[in-house]
Amino acid sequence: MSKEVSSPEGLLTILDGVSLAILAGETVAIVGASGAGKSTLLALLAGLDEPSAGEVWIDGQEITSLDEDGRAAVRARRVGFVFQSFHLVPSLTALENVMLPLELAGRRDAREAARKALEEVGLGARVGHYPRQLSGGEQQRVAIARAFVTRPAVLFADEPTGNLDTATGARIADLLFQLNAAAGTTLVLVTHDRGLAARCGRVIEIDGGRLTGGA
Amino acid sequence: MRALRFALLALARDWRSGELAVLAVALVVAIAALTGVGFFTDRVGQAVEQQAAEVIAADLKLQASRAPSDAWLAAADEAGLATARTLGFPSVVFLGEDSTLVAVRAVSEGYPLRGEVKVSAEPFAPAVVADGIPARGEIWPDSRLLARLGAEVGDEVALGAATLRVSRVLDYRPDQGAAFVDLAPSLLMNLGDIPATELIQPGSRATHAVLFAGAPAAVRAFKERLKEDKLPGERLVDVAEASPQIQSSMDRAGRFLNLSALITVLLAAVAVAMSARRYVRRHLDNVALMKCVGASQRLVLAVTTTELALLALMAAVAGGVLGFLAQEVLAWLLTDLIRGDLPPPTWQPALLGLATAATILVGFALPPLLQLRKVPPARVLQRNLEPPPLRYAAAYLVAVAALLGLLFFLVRDARLVAWVAGGTALALAVLGLAGWLMVRAAGRLRGGVGVSWRYGVANLARRGRESVVQVVAFGLGLMVLLLLSVVRGDLLDEWQASVPADAPNHFLINIRNDEVDAFRAFFTERGMTEPELFPMIRARMTAVNGTLMEERTLEGDRARNFAEREQNLSWAARPQLGNRIVEGRWWDEADRDRHLVSVEVDYAEELGLKVGDVLSFDVAGEPLEAEIASLREVQWDNFRPNFFLVFSPGALDGMIGTWLTAVHLDEAQRRELVALVRQFPSVSIFDLEAILTQVRQVGDQGSLAVQYVFLFTLVAGVVVLLAAIQSTRDERAWESAMLRTLGASRRVVMAGVAAEFGVLGVLSGLLAAIVATIAGWALATQLFNLEYVVDPWVWLVGLLAGLILVGGAGLLATRGVISQSPIVTLRRG
Repeated sequence: MSKEVSSPEGLLTILDGVSLAILAGETVAIVGASGAGKSTLLALLAGLDEPSAGEVWIDGQEITSLDEDGRAAVRARRVGFVFQSFHLVPSLTALENVMLPLELAGRRDAREAARKALEEVGLGARVGHYPRQLSGGEQQRVAIARAFVTRPAVLFADEPTGNLDTATGARIADLLFQLNAAAGTTLVLVTHDRGLAARCGRVIEIDGGRLTGGA
Repeated sequence: MRALRFALLALARDWRSGELAVLAVALVVAIAALTGVGFFTDRVGQAVEQQAAEVIAADLKLQASRAPSDAWLAAADEAGLATARTLGFPSVVFLGEDSTLVAVRAVSEGYPLRGEVKVSAEPFAPAVVADGIPARGEIWPDSRLLARLGAEVGDEVALGAATLRVSRVLDYRPDQGAAFVDLAPSLLMNLGDIPATELIQPGSRATHAVLFAGAPAAVRAFKERLKEDKLPGERLVDVAEASPQIQSSMDRAGRFLNLSALITVLLAAVAVAMSARRYVRRHLDNVALMKCVGASQRLVLAVTTTELALLALMAAVAGGVLGFLAQEVLAWLLTDLIRGDLPPPTWQPALLGLATAATILVGFALPPLLQLRKVPPARVLQRNLEPPPLRYAAAYLVAVAALLGLLFFLVRDARLVAWVAGGTALALAVLGLAGWLMVRAAGRLRGGVGVSWRYGVANLARRGRESVVQVVAFGLGLMVLLLLSVVRGDLLDEWQASVPADAPNHFLINIRNDEVDAFRAFFTERGMTEPELFPMIRARMTAVNGTLMEERTLEGDRARNFAEREQNLSWAARPQLGNRIVEGRWWDEADRDRHLVSVEVDYAEELGLKVGDVLSFDVAGEPLEAEIASLREVQWDNFRPNFFLVFSPGALDGMIGTWLTAVHLDEAQRRELVALVRQFPSVSIFDLEAILTQVRQVGDQGSLAVQYVFLFTLVAGVVVLLAAIQSTRDERAWESAMLRTLGASRRVVMAGVAAEFGVLGVLSGLLAAIVATIAGWALATQLFNLEYVVDPWVWLVGLLAGLILVGGAGLLATRGVISQSPIVTLRRG
């Protein structure tokens, strides 16, 4: 799989002949320097972007031939996300944010399931709060609850502790791995944090758009 | 110079990136609305001014309901002044069996003393200046009259007892009235033919006048003499007196259109303020960088203000051009109300456009833009460093002051400005509160229906302030359109339905005393109901309780008008149908020898009269006194003859007067009018239906013009919506990417946006329908005494228009934003 974009200086190769298989239930960290292509790889794996060449399969489904809405449908059923800056919808409460992917997947018990997920991350008492009323750590807990609530086959996490202080970051990482272990989800994690990467079953290194280790 | 170069560069860059598009469009819409109205009122104003000099066809005019004495003609001749007589009255002309109402103007040799009469050989053909007046036995009808009658030049028509030949077509006479039309078509004839028509009898409703013209000094001296010696009831009119009346009615119409346009300006200003805020947010980094590399605060300030000035200039030019085109449409909409061609507009409204652009920008865009000057250069390192927050109180004070200044410039009346400002503030506060309650209530509806709905409605509540502004803006525009279309139509229909089918549709006046029996017989002989005849005597009130009218101080034009003009007196044994005594009592047999009068209650109020007062009158030189026995409330719209002053039987015995009646004539009976006018030539006929149709047409055109001006308000509302969408553009792009990352299809995101703007539109429509219904109810019950039935159309049209307009515009404007690829989410994270 490769990814090229055009720039004023001509065609720029961001990912170059990347080939990678991640097994169900595996926990994988993608590490590398800034600009190495980590985020692009994550975007391609999650179907947020299209590769210039090659294919991506998720849970037995080839997603690169699908259109934007087709890939969105796959994400709704099989994929969860945790982002560095939490990315909660500011106009919705914590509960409504967690309900969002359930409703998109057409689940009727969205409210109940979301409430349970928030209790699991220790926010049972704050379901009616808006993101702006929550601390950074709490916002990331909501995001984690939102990611796990649909019981996704794959969870993609992009620097999940990057915007948190060390202590909070550590607690969030604990929560993430704990939930992951309980649900048996495949975890793909992009991080700068070697310590966090070390907690994963496998570490994939990327440099200049090529995989240099762990693949 | 350096600032100008930077400003030009910035303008070009911002223009290309579309940053200024909404701001510029808002300005252009505001200026187009204001200059459109400005150009139009300017043209009409010029037309009125041009006509003012000739509006009385003389320098001085003495007018009365009886012909002024010949002695005045001799005296004027001695003073070296030219003179002419005129006589104006309403009548009916016949061509065979066809008849139509006409305003007759009979003139003597020498007319007009100022201005020119223009005539043509054929109806609507090019006109030439007439040499003299119609010869004896000839008339010059205008094109409208010929068209209505189906007559041609050369035809013989009947006017009263006379038969007259149409020799030319009247195109223009100087004293035909102002730009706004009188209701009936008119004809010009020779004063010498009047006796042959037998139309003018003592007590007839006619306006006699003597015209004077000459050297200014001689006119002034003669005017003083006239003032001293003129009879009571004779009125002196000079140019200065004739034009302010027209001017003031034009001013009122102009002010109304200007106020309508000003609401557009207000909305545009809101859009400008919103765009300016977003502009500032997006330029913080640029400015920080400029400062980092050495730009001073002064340079930043100079560049910003120069860019604004350039923008104002461009918007003023574009808005002015658009306004010029808009006024052509306005003039076209009002074609029938404006007689003759309007002179081309002057440049003044274009300057007004520039002033408006500057005012809006200084008031609403400059305060946030000035913040740019204070951007800390360290922002290049730490992006969260921002300029000190804008002191909104101070900024809005500037904006409000700027708007009030503009308003004063437009209407030039401090009291009116105060009223309008206060009223607008109150109305906006009430509407704003209603809008806020609605938005809040809508926020509660977000549970349960689904993710798109919840997301859309949550957005509405989150952008609460913008949502309220939009609900009010659209609500206001839609409300005015509803009021002028649906509600106005309803009221007219309701009123027409309230008039019974057999209500009188013709007024017959000037029936002579000696004709009364024959007149009654005319109807009974033809198998029609005998009409009820009412006596009518023309008189002038001279004193109240012995105090002369001239010595009484009266408040207001209406009161003075009541006091000065001649009144129609009547007498009756019983109160007329639809009259109710509100104070005092009606007379009975015991009052047989007393002189009592019953006064209409509004009339009494205006003149400060009460039961027991003694009124003195001059009836054709005869004095008359009567005591007020009662005050009456009159239902004026039942089409029956009614009088302000009704006397007890016997009080008016021996006074010279005429009789009048109101009858209902069906299509077949109407043909008998020909015979009636032949037998009773002095009788004047008013066709109420024709008059009502004309009044309705005038009203239709007037409200069409106002609706047209309010279309700009709606456009401004759309611009506010665009500005609001633009200011949330980044947020929306991010949110839609977020939703799609989580697996939402494009359709789900679109449905959310549709829910947001749909609800916004429905709320606006709801607000418009509620206010229009309340206004309709208030007008119907408080002003017109009609039963008000809520019209479902108001609600249907309001809600649908809101849904389509706001929902459609919102969806179109956000479409580009929400179809962005979700990858941006990760990139930004």
